[in-house]
Amino acid sequence: MSSITDPPNEAFRLSMLINDTRYRSLTFQAIAAIVLAALIAYLGNNLIQNLRQAGLNISFDFLGSVSGYDINQTLIEYDSQSTHLSAAIVGILNTLLVAFLACITATFFGVIAGVLRLSNNWLVRKLMAFYVEIFRNIPVLIWIIIIFTIMTNVMPAPSAFRGDDPDASMLFGSFAFTNRGVYIPAPIWGPGSLVVGLTFLASIVGIFAYRRYATKVLFDTGRLLPTLWPSIALFFVPTILMYFIMGQPISLDYPALAGFNFSGGTQLGGPLIALWFALSIYTGAFIAENVRAGIQAVSRGQTEAAGALGMRPGRIMSLVVLPQALRVIIPPLISQYLNITKNSSLAIAVGYADVTATLGGITLNQTGRAIECILLLMLFYLTISLTISGVMNVYNNAIKLRER
Amino acid sequence: MSDTQSHSAAFVRTETLPQLPPPVAERGAVKWVRQNLFATIPNAILTLVSAYVIISILSGVIPWIMNGVWSASSLADCREILVGAQGACFAVITERWPQLLFGLSYPSSEYWRPALAYLLLFIAAAPVMFFDLPRKLLIFTALFPFIAFWLIWGGTILTPLIALIGFVAGYLVYQRFVSGSFALGLFGGIAIAVIVWSVAGAFVPETADENAMLLKVQSRDLGGFMLNMMLGVTCVSLSIPLGIALALGRQSSMPLIKWISVIFIEFIRGVPLITLLFVASVMLAFFFPPESTVDLFLRVVIMITMFSSAYIAEVIRGGLAALPKGQYEAADSLGLDYAQAMRLIILPQALKISIPGIVNIAVGLFKDTTLVAIISMFDIVGMIRGPILSSSDWIGVYWELWGFAGVLFFVTCYGISQYSQWLERRLATDHR
Repeated sequence: MSSITDPPNEAFRLSMLINDTRYRSLTFQAIAAIVLAALIAYLGNNLIQNLRQAGLNISFDFLGSVSGYDINQTLIEYDSQSTHLSAAIVGILNTLLVAFLACITATFFGVIAGVLRLSNNWLVRKLMAFYVEIFRNIPVLIWIIIIFTIMTNVMPAPSAFRGDDPDASMLFGSFAFTNRGVYIPAPIWGPGSLVVGLTFLASIVGIFAYRRYATKVLFDTGRLLPTLWPSIALFFVPTILMYFIMGQPISLDYPALAGFNFSGGTQLGGPLIALWFALSIYTGAFIAENVRAGIQAVSRGQTEAAGALGMRPGRIMSLVVLPQALRVIIPPLISQYLNITKNSSLAIAVGYADVTATLGGITLNQTGRAIECILLLMLFYLTISLTISGVMNVYNNAIKLRER
Repeated sequence: MSDTQSHSAAFVRTETLPQLPPPVAERGAVKWVRQNLFATIPNAILTLVSAYVIISILSGVIPWIMNGVWSASSLADCREILVGAQGACFAVITERWPQLLFGLSYPSSEYWRPALAYLLLFIAAAPVMFFDLPRKLLIFTALFPFIAFWLIWGGTILTPLIALIGFVAGYLVYQRFVSGSFALGLFGGIAIAVIVWSVAGAFVPETADENAMLLKVQSRDLGGFMLNMMLGVTCVSLSIPLGIALALGRQSSMPLIKWISVIFIEFIRGVPLITLLFVASVMLAFFFPPESTVDLFLRVVIMITMFSSAYIAEVIRGGLAALPKGQYEAADSLGLDYAQAMRLIILPQALKISIPGIVNIAVGLFKDTTLVAIISMFDIVGMIRGPILSSSDWIGVYWELWGFAGVLFFVTCYGISQYSQWLERRLATDHR
């Protein structure tokens, strides 16, 4: 690199802008900046002219006006007299709800299918390969629609639960699966339930503290304390004790048939269930592949070395194989979570009121504020994506192999 | 020696015994079943459970398919023919076959054109996919976009012809100057192509479409599975060069170029495709000159191309990062400039590493083309959801239609992913 002994000491010429490496990158960047500025000016000019022709302007005032439409599934107070802003917030919460639920179940399906794909059992292996291939190769939109169709056509209508000898009956007398959704018992929080809740949180903290203590004892003295049974006991006993001490403050509101529909309990609408299930089973197939790849990435030598140290198979899995496999599994897993969040925007196909359906659908059509609505929509998804990838970067740095 | 032994010992066997076959449990099908299905008790339970699942699915599906009715004019007709038996009504597929493939309003006398274009697609794709085929076939691949455009949209042949001439002129200029300077070749080529298009475009009469050899078809009349194929093929092929440019831009040492690429890629990857399609359907028109009319198909192609180019850029960046640093240094030490090093040394290797990833993106993108149904374009999902399921004859024929769409996508995507795996094995020339 330092082979040039005496740099050319001549006067600046115009051709040096292209031919001299000292100036060339500046030239190119200047050209790029000019092109970019010209492009933005051109597009902006078109935009202004078009808006003037259509008699529009860019303004976010519509967010404060009355929305005038109802949403069937809301997590917060909302009615048709609320503003467009609160409709958008309802949509955002609904997006987060379905994404959160689908992430949990997709991980569940994916881990099971991924582990079973490595099973010694030929039949199970082939069955799981079939599941993975069939879901990975058919568009998620088709799956969402198929599962929604199954929901609405196969499940009984609420009227089927009526009469002395009904066609359908509730599961355990408390869960009703109908074509309008699933009705589940809702908890009623009486006075004193806060104490029970806090006790539960405290016992969770207690479990973690105890496990840390057990690890510390193990490292200091080599004595192995039992962790499984104390954890289970800590999880259940204090909360149940406190529940009875406070006089059973939490009760359940069971759904019951009233007229043509169920009342009471919580309704999980058909679109929510269909979207949730479709997203989790579709993404589960992708996660299964990640899990399989992660487990296969741990070399056999690791298992054998742990076995040579005299560890039992369960401990080999939990202490040697899984920590190494997780390093491979978790980054693609998180990007699958990101995919779930983005795919949940397909809710609009089954009529679930997520943010794309409220802000990007009804609000957009009612107010005609296309540019503003879409910008807000993109901003929301962008925030989620950047947050998740930020978390992923922190995690990746935390688990990076400490190499010499 | 043997004599003395035969006298001293009471009995000595002189010939070896014939080999016995291994025990029944240790050979053939029995051994396979024991090892693979009933190795342990939990394994046996798993086997029984999955066998039950498989049997219960098959016992429902097989009679349903076997009893299928292939010719009827409506669902009621189907039910009459079946007289209460369980059975599919595949008649909807045979009756609506052209609609499922070509959409609602593509002129029925012209169905042979997209079908022919589809067949030619295989011939055009063959030399790209299989390297053993004669390289001369690539000429047809280069001609294919123009032929396909003419076949599908029809109208005057002058339009694709002028486009072709522009590209040829640009390519010739590029070839002439690239040995001197890549930038000169590239921009000279683009300039010549633009000049050819604008000059020759001025000579095409307004009425050229009216008495053309092939009937002119409007973009909004395209639909069905053809629309999915067209969007998939067009957008993937357009986004590969764009993706390469973005990946190189992201690796660039020039901060401005780098940040433009990073922001573009991260923005596109951060938002769902459906919002980009909303942009195409309601917002993009605001950014074109007021008097121009850019049809929805083109706007969707623009947005999907941007979408997939961001993903392809990330795959190619992975390929670039996977190359050993020595390759870059070797190119530098040979005295190659940036364009030469990239074109001759780096990209051929990086692209080879990235091919499986690019194919994955292509499969995902092809599946995502169904999303255009949401902005009310009538691709196969839009056709089924809209005109077919809401027609009074076929209301309620869900399984057959969605199953058909699923099979079409499964065959295509599974085929492509199998090809990708074959290619990966084929290209595995590394010395790991």
